Amino acid sequence: MKRCLFLTVLLSVIFTILFVFMAGTQSIAASPIKIGALFSISGPAAFLGEPERNTAQMVVDEINKAGGIKGRMLELVVIDTQGDPAKAVQGANKLIKDDKVAAIIGPSTTGDSMAVIPVVEKAEIPLISCAAGSKITEPVKKWVFKTAQNDALAVAKIYEYLNKQKISKIAILTVSDGFGSSGREQLVAHAKEFGMDIISNETYGPKDTDMTAQLTKIRAGGAQAIICWGTNPGPAVIARNVKQLGIKLPLFMSHGVSSRKFIELAGDAAEGIILPSGRVIVANQMPNSDPQKKALLSYVNGYKTIYKIEGDHFGGHAWDAMMLLKGAIEKVGDTPSAIRDQLEKTTKFSGIGGTFSYAAQDHAGLTKDAFVLVEVKNQNWKLVK
Amino acid sequence: MIKEKRQILIFALFALIILLVPLFLKGSYFLNVLVFIGINTLLAVALNLLLGYAGQISLGHAAFFGLGAYVSGILTTRFPVDPWLALLIAAMCAAALAFVIGFPILKLKGHYLAMATLGFGIIMYIFFNETVDWTGGPSGLSGIPNLRLGPLIFDNDRNNYYLIWMITLGVMLLSINLSQSRIGRALRAINDSEVAARVMGVNAHILKVQIFTVSAFISAIAGSLYAYTMTFISPTSFGFNFSVELLTMVIIGGLGSIYGSFLGAAILTMLPEFLRVFRDFDIVIYGLMLILITMFMPTGLIGGLETLFKIIIGKIKGSTARNA
Repeated sequence: MKRCLFLTVLLSVIFTILFVFMAGTQSIAASPIKIGALFSISGPAAFLGEPERNTAQMVVDEINKAGGIKGRMLELVVIDTQGDPAKAVQGANKLIKDDKVAAIIGPSTTGDSMAVIPVVEKAEIPLISCAAGSKITEPVKKWVFKTAQNDALAVAKIYEYLNKQKISKIAILTVSDGFGSSGREQLVAHAKEFGMDIISNETYGPKDTDMTAQLTKIRAGGAQAIICWGTNPGPAVIARNVKQLGIKLPLFMSHGVSSRKFIELAGDAAEGIILPSGRVIVANQMPNSDPQKKALLSYVNGYKTIYKIEGDHFGGHAWDAMMLLKGAIEKVGDTPSAIRDQLEKTTKFSGIGGTFSYAAQDHAGLTKDAFVLVEVKNQNWKLVK
Repeated sequence: MIKEKRQILIFALFALIILLVPLFLKGSYFLNVLVFIGINTLLAVALNLLLGYAGQISLGHAAFFGLGAYVSGILTTRFPVDPWLALLIAAMCAAALAFVIGFPILKLKGHYLAMATLGFGIIMYIFFNETVDWTGGPSGLSGIPNLRLGPLIFDNDRNNYYLIWMITLGVMLLSINLSQSRIGRALRAINDSEVAARVMGVNAHILKVQIFTVSAFISAIAGSLYAYTMTFISPTSFGFNFSVELLTMVIIGGLGSIYGSFLGAAILTMLPEFLRVFRDFDIVIYGLMLILITMFMPTGLIGGLETLFKIIIGKIKGSTARNA
């Protein structure tokens, strides 16, 4: 009988806790405008989520310091998705039902974004994703926008450069994760259009520490240039391997490594590598006529003052998302549907990732001008003109 | 006989509370968390059958979960297969695979079994990642339909809650029943001493393979339900980390206790929600709590709380005796 009593008591305690918990969290939307943020602050994609969270918080603090939007303060509710789609969905549900946010920025990864899309579409809350996958906005979903540049734009930028250099036989080496497989897809899909002939098509694992096997195969294949698609630290290993093997082919990287970390990791081997990148890493080198220059400098300097490190390309996605939201809320207030309609009408917004012009049929908003080509020279980024 | 009656009573009470909860949670996001607790309970119960009853470890159970999700996902998105049929096929696939690999794998014991199941889990993870044409690779598979039953579509938290918890409660009941049966006793015998069990005439090897198969079958059902609830799946959900998380649920909850599996699943799913107030330190506190539970409650939460309860009852009785 004791055991029976015990289980009864245990069950009732659990459910009491549960009710107290939910009662405690069900607060009525107070006067600040709540913005939800889903970022992968921990886990394998923390290198995306952390600068994004820092940036979003910085922007919110700046807006509040300047008196808020029309006198109303902003409140950022951040949830860590840990790069797990299930946690992202739980987080999105909490933000929508519990915090009653006006809009959501993030998630950081394509997987998390795809997972929360059905949730926001049903709840009719605008979402500005900070992930790059083109699937997010193709086909167009009514409530979903994105600020990260599509991989196709980066591919076009590299292919265009190769055309100019009269190079047509290429080898591609991509990482087998979401970023790499999307890059590989786009590299193959656009090859014909630019007259590219993909001679070798190799992949490597996200945790591999030596890629000489793939590179030796590529060398034997007779390509004229190598394009590598991945995020740190893989590409740095590849840069070193290329140097060790004495391969003299020009090496191209993706925008996945456009942060100072890459140069640190690759060291001397980084010299001469060319990659497409957002303007943020070469903000100082942009001509004054560039419409993005003002935003770039304000972001780069602001981030450095607060966090003591350089703001990167990924944080920039969150900056753009926050600023786009701010622009929409300033004009039409904080009802989700009004924000969505206003976002769709946004044109020529010069942010960090590029100059955004959304339309009913385009929720990505960028052209290939969002990218510039940069080269590593003397352990620093240099704009390729 | 009395014991069984009490078991039924406890289960009925548990089921009643579970079924009444949504009435108090209208429009709350917490219902969504409870849906995931349901799926995780299903998985923890499945693993508990193997680990708690038969004493066989598996570090690759996320693979069966993933297999269930992917078979259902692929069949319903690329072929015009009915979701319910796909769920059944997915569960059969996982069971068949478990049956086939179970024979060689379950000959191993202890660390070697852990290694073999770990390897299996990793192979399946790579398989989900690399067969891009089928699984969509690392960027995932989207557009999976919701389950439907006549006019009822399971596309909101409330419907999903009832669907998943009905299945979970059913599996829990069967598992409790199993533990009281001849097979349950045989499994416990294997857990205590395989040699002794064999001497007593228990065909240990076949029985281990069978329980492994049943466990995979249930895990795959959980996987299918996950796919239909999320409508999107990607390989990151089915990696080694999740296998370890499942193992943690079973151990924290209490080995061999079905209610313990529910407790473990509930705690591990809810804890991050509670700890959100600690912001960046949540992971530290999460780890600390797990360490404390395993240190002070070596038999898991259910065992630990039971001891605590007995102590309190003892104290109360003691003090009333003294007062009188």
